[in-house]
Amino acid sequence: MSRFTGEMLSRAEELVSLYPDPRSATIPLCHLAQEQDGYVTNEAMAHIAELVGSSAAEVQGTASFYDMLKLEPVGRYVIGVCTNIACMLRGAYELLEDAEGVLDVPVGATTADGLFTLEEVECIAHCDRAPAAQVNYRYFGPLDRESFETLVTQLRNGDLDDEVPPHGTLLRVRREAPAVIPMEEIDRYRAQEAEREKASD
Amino acid sequence: MTERIVGARLHYEDSATLERFLATGGDDGLRKAVLEMRPEEVAAQVMTANLLGRGGAGFEAGRKWSMLRKAPRRYLVINGDESEPATFKDHLLVERDPHQLVEGATIAAYAIEASFVVIYLRGEFALGLERVQQAINEAYARNALGRSIFGSSFSVDIVLQPGAGAYICGEETSLIESLEGKRGFPRIKPPYFPAVIGLYGEPTIVNNVETVSNLPWIINHGGEAFKELGEGRSTGTRLFALSGQVQRPGPYEVEMTKITFRDLIYGEEFGQGLRPGRSLAAFIPGGVSAPWFFPEHLDIPLGQDEVAKAGSMLGSGSVIVMDDSSCPVRSAWRIARFFARESCGQCTPCREGGAWIDKIMRRIEEGEGREADLDLLLDLCDNISPGIKWPPAQTTICVLGPSIPPSVNAAIQHFRDDFLIHIKEGRCPHA
Ligand SMILES: Cc1cc2nc3c(=O)[nH]c(=O)nc-3n(C[C@H](O)[C@H](O)[C@H](O)COP(=O)(O)O)c2cc1C
Ligand code: SF4
Ligand code: FES
Repeated sequence: MSRFTGEMLSRAEELVSLYPDPRSATIPLCHLAQEQDGYVTNEAMAHIAELVGSSAAEVQGTASFYDMLKLEPVGRYVIGVCTNIACMLRGAYELLEDAEGVLDVPVGATTADGLFTLEEVECIAHCDRAPAAQVNYRYFGPLDRESFETLVTQLRNGDLDDEVPPHGTLLRVRREAPAVIPMEEIDRYRAQEAEREKASD
Repeated sequence: MTERIVGARLHYEDSATLERFLATGGDDGLRKAVLEMRPEEVAAQVMTANLLGRGGAGFEAGRKWSMLRKAPRRYLVINGDESEPATFKDHLLVERDPHQLVEGATIAAYAIEASFVVIYLRGEFALGLERVQQAINEAYARNALGRSIFGSSFSVDIVLQPGAGAYICGEETSLIESLEGKRGFPRIKPPYFPAVIGLYGEPTIVNNVETVSNLPWIINHGGEAFKELGEGRSTGTRLFALSGQVQRPGPYEVEMTKITFRDLIYGEEFGQGLRPGRSLAAFIPGGVSAPWFFPEHLDIPLGQDEVAKAGSMLGSGSVIVMDDSSCPVRSAWRIARFFARESCGQCTPCREGGAWIDKIMRRIEEGEGREADLDLLLDLCDNISPGIKWPPAQTTICVLGPSIPPSVNAAIQHFRDDFLIHIKEGRCPHA
């Protein structure tokens, strides 16, 4: 584990092949590492560096900038309660307190069974359903203590497995398309177009 | 109801499906563009339409395209990073009409003869990412993307890029850095536009999701028809995101300049007013970077220049309502805290100023403030954005820094008594 192998490796190579510059695949590969291991391990960062042609330090520098990329293990479900303005105006801080109570952990911590990590997050663009929360970036709201408790029970019982995959799995739809057109071929097309235009003017 | 453009399909349950898209005029704009028009003709229609960018800055899309530096390679990046607090229109468009977005992006690519297109979506939009990837897959399958689109001589690829959780990556130069696999640090200006130096150092157009979602309609109906909607510089429609303490928060697409904030907040078909017994304390007309408005501003029309003239901005199109039960100190603090958290840290005024404002506002809200704090706050604001005016002066690389003062300043100027009660009584009177 941690380095990409088998199917994960071929998915990683496919991601690298999409971009004119392989380094553009850095963040998508970090997401892929999370899908494999639940978080971005040091070994994965070293492997990503090999794949995109940078250094492990550069990959870590990038990964550590982004809130969604976890450099340490988290729960199977990362629950983020939004407390930003639109949610705050509709009771988000009260909901966050309720969430701490229901899960019996403070913000930032993971439950003892490794199932839930609780986070306070900034606006998740679900403000018309305030107060809102996300579970592995799937959105719920408006929530109160009761509906939050129900949500947690459903997650625990696996009732939401279809909607909410384990932490790290972001996109379950894979790219299905021919290989991207080589830039040189596009360059030639565009040059021909320009020629044709000149001729027709 | 006024004309609907970007939201025309949203009343269908299945608005995200290819079947609905194709049954409601989907692909018509792209077909017309690549088969019947030259790229410059497409660009000319957009220029005529006077389509203003919907990402926050409100720059004319046609004019931006015309600034693209001539170079063999040029890129198009669609900005779907939407993380401005209380803004949720792009979220809706990517989840509920992903095909329109892909069609619009392809039309833009044709108009600027892009070599390669990236749709950069906020990483947290898990469902939106899946829907847009599905739409891209289906576009390739019917030759609406890839080589020789619909049999024309135009070929282009679109790749979907997920962000990874950083508000600052919505700023276009930061987004480009992120797309190059780096930390999301905004680039020093000049050059002012990625149209000169963008992705991989090549000329790049960055356009917002809602901006390009308008393009199929503009090509189908013509730039003139778009311009007939709205008034002055504010043409077409906008998808306004109404949130906060109103009865019916939600996204509402309306013709520009044709309704007022009063209509939006109180209208039967829109917000339906406040909770019984409540009165309006303040509202923010265009995202949390914008200076606040008060009841006396309710009759201003929702138009770019109309709002600017009154000292604020329409920005990202999100209207946040605060009633008299809310605490203005707490609201301003929460906004300041957001910016302090999301500052990338490159510039001292933004990094240090933001952190201090967060701390001081918090201590006032918690009843630990002193009267001198008010002047201290204004002094900090003035150091981030000299003169605390609008549009803001800037001491920083990007406008995240200068977005901190407006809320704090508005709250202090308008709700000074609230601050003083917090300070004198050592508690929040609204708690
Ligand atoms: C801090 C900051 C955050 C921004 N966030 C976004 C965003 O989430 N989405 C967006 O389209 N534009 C955002 N912008 C504006 C972009 O820099 C850019 O102006 C816009 O994407 C251009 O597209 P448009 O001309 O179609 O509006 C942001 C700007 C700043 C300074
Ligand atoms: S103003 Fe703030 S967010 Fe923008 S570049 Fe400077 S430190 Fe970063
Ligand atoms: S403020 Fe909570 S989702 Fe937007």
